[in-house]
Amino acid sequence: MPIYLDNNATTQLDARVFEAMTPWLSGPFGNPSSVHRFGRLARGAIDTARQQVAALVGVSPDQITFTSGGTEANNIALQGVLSASPVKRLVVSPTDHPCVVEPAEILAERGAEVDWLPVSKSGVVSEADFAASLSKPAALVSIMFANNETGLIQDIPTLAAIARESGVPVHCDAVQAAGKIPVSFNELGVQLMSLSAHKIYGPKGVGALVLDKAVDIKPIVQGGGQERGLRAGTENVAAIAGFGAAAELALAELDQRSAESQTLIDQLDAGLAAMPQITVFADGETRLPNTRQFALAGWEGEALLMELDRRGIAVSSGSACHSGTGEPSHVLMAMGIDRDLAYGAIRVSLGVHNTAAEIDTLLQTLQELAR
Amino acid sequence: MSAVINNRPPIYLDYAATTPVASEVAQAMNACLTADGLFANPASDHAFGDLAKAAVAKAANALAKLLNCNSAELVFTSGATESNNLAIKGAFEFYGARLERPHFITSKIEHKAVLDVADWLEQRGVLVTRLEPDADGLISAQQVAEALTEDTVLVSIQHVNNELGCIQPIAEIAKVLAGHGARLHVDAAQSLGKIPVDVVELGIDYLSLSAHKFYGPKGAGALYVRSQPRARLRPQQHGGLQQQGLRSGTLPVHQIVGLGKAAEVASESLVADMETIGALREQLEQALSELDGVTINAAGAERVAGICNVSFDGIAGDSLLAGLPHIMLSSGSACTSDNGEPSYVLRALGHDDRSAEASLRISIGRFTSAADIETAAADISQIVTQLRSVSPWWQLDESAVLATAMSPAWGDEAKLLRNADGSLSWKAAGRAELLAMLPIAQAFYEKHGSVDGLVAAIEADLEIATDRRYLLLLVEDLFRELDTQ
Repeated sequence: MPIYLDNNATTQLDARVFEAMTPWLSGPFGNPSSVHRFGRLARGAIDTARQQVAALVGVSPDQITFTSGGTEANNIALQGVLSASPVKRLVVSPTDHPCVVEPAEILAERGAEVDWLPVSKSGVVSEADFAASLSKPAALVSIMFANNETGLIQDIPTLAAIARESGVPVHCDAVQAAGKIPVSFNELGVQLMSLSAHKIYGPKGVGALVLDKAVDIKPIVQGGGQERGLRAGTENVAAIAGFGAAAELALAELDQRSAESQTLIDQLDAGLAAMPQITVFADGETRLPNTRQFALAGWEGEALLMELDRRGIAVSSGSACHSGTGEPSHVLMAMGIDRDLAYGAIRVSLGVHNTAAEIDTLLQTLQELAR
Repeated sequence: MSAVINNRPPIYLDYAATTPVASEVAQAMNACLTADGLFANPASDHAFGDLAKAAVAKAANALAKLLNCNSAELVFTSGATESNNLAIKGAFEFYGARLERPHFITSKIEHKAVLDVADWLEQRGVLVTRLEPDADGLISAQQVAEALTEDTVLVSIQHVNNELGCIQPIAEIAKVLAGHGARLHVDAAQSLGKIPVDVVELGIDYLSLSAHKFYGPKGAGALYVRSQPRARLRPQQHGGLQQQGLRSGTLPVHQIVGLGKAAEVASESLVADMETIGALREQLEQALSELDGVTINAAGAERVAGICNVSFDGIAGDSLLAGLPHIMLSSGSACTSDNGEPSYVLRALGHDDRSAEASLRISIGRFTSAADIETAAADISQIVTQLRSVSPWWQLDESAVLATAMSPAWGDEAKLLRNADGSLSWKAAGRAELLAMLPIAQAFYEKHGSVDGLVAAIEADLEIATDRRYLLLLVEDLFRELDTQ
């Protein structure tokens, strides 16, 4: 069995989540908008899931809007807030996921003013730069909690406090943070947050946008009026039920999962540090306990990825979403990393199924491949 | 499904709202949801990712076969609503930008996911023509031809109406558009898997579809985008460049596999399904037509086998649905059933509000039996007859009416009658609460000879919450009329 070390791309569905989904695939199957019994049963499943997802990030259920995934949640956040705001300016972190960066670029093409936050060599946004970018009015500032490639964790509470003083709402992509570190919507002090189920052992095809009720936002998909008009379309009941179950488990098992992950990542860190041919990105910063991105001298990332794949180890060269484009990671480029070094990047992301033996195998393989 | 409602086994006749997932489909999906299954991100460049990619490709091929297109012409979405949004907004963004006042042609009876997009376009300067259907819900190619202008960017007409089941003349409409720059978008959510849908034969540029309308999972749909000649559009959800950038977002493998399997099953069972389901509808419509005052809507049109839309004279719609708790059906589209408004589709066909409300959309599917239809037809006939016997709108002797009261909020209506022998009786149409209240009110009135204390008495008897007090006031008004006579 090959070793799967690409848990930031997607995770295996938890068997308990599968169990929570099964009834809605083969049992009462009503359309949640129908007023009859079968419809109300489906509606009930969605209500339960809404409570479970709300609990994960400490909000009330009516702050949760279910979407088709993190990408849609991020798109609604940026496009929806901008179209509702009289101020046509966005401030965006250039190291955010493509599904934040690209909507921002499209909105810029359509005439919005988009300013990119400066980041350090490790991807950190400084308080001073953040405050300066908000000296002019903006409709929204978007900054991700934990980076999907480097694992870097931004100091969101501090930054959000600065934004609050400027009166600019903050959108925080917490897709990679949720389930790995504590995520409290209110403690972070943000006004919008995106989540995805398949990163926390839930199903693909479902995510959520968490909203402060004071935020003005318009839908980007019209028709049907589901999710209180913010996201039209028949609800994906089974997947939503799965998301709820995954969120409940993520909350209940967070301490255990992050402790186990920390042990493995310490092992990985020690092994990587012992290899002079390895350059770890965002090294020394506060990072997710499951994510490390690094380059091995003499190897292009894509080639290394394929060699590891051939040897039965699945990793990524960055975000799965942009694999195969032949471009170096936009995250590393934004951090000002040398292009050649950035080309060498691979990402290892751990999950609950990984073992110390698998980390050993990875380290040993890297040793063998080191030139 | 073994649950029992009011001591009756439930009968599901709402297949147009959603369908159960076929067991083959559920099995195929489950294989992607277990730990040793196809769990990977199809965008990943490793062995796990390759397996997921292959599963998506297989599903795309099955769907392409059903539509007679190339799998590269398919964009997977979260459902038909997203597909409709993507096609219409995307086409206007691509082709409309160079026009001063781009033009959109659609009909008044499209699904909300098209009509709401039309409103959205209108707010952004697009000229929208909403064609009127004929009495059977049909839009003619001639109407489209007459509405066309040089600036027409897109025509969007659904293949099959979700409430009526009527089949629009898509191929004829496409012929009208041939040689014109306008593209044709078709919402096929209600036709795919129910009738043959061949995008080449029909001449369609963009086609929206949804898995959960033909025994696939909710949350999965697709948009067909023609490649020869090429139909273009601008993406609406960005970031990640999946699906050639037309629709970003991690591909939900299990959903897409479910959609593919549903397409595969539909390819095999379409002809048999059409025959069986068509016979069941014939059985249903014959049984219901034994009642007086019954209209089968869109009966003059060619219809998809599974949908029967029927209106009943002389009764209130909500009482009708309330009287059939064990039969899962709807009075219109599920997507608008929350708001309690009468069907805009039936209104467009010329029904007034009351008649539109006193209508049922009965939709039949693969798992419906002849016994289900027999029971449903008998139960519907019984409740209609029963409601008519107390209805103020059904064959009433107006000369006996002493008083009439109407609830301004919901249109509940009650009439007080003096019978030939001098006794009082009432006719009322409306919510169950009103129907329950009137006999108590009458008994109270007859005992005390006046309305004083009436409200308190009924409230106590029915333990009615205060937000229903308007109903009590309605009753009180009715009998106060009597007091003053």
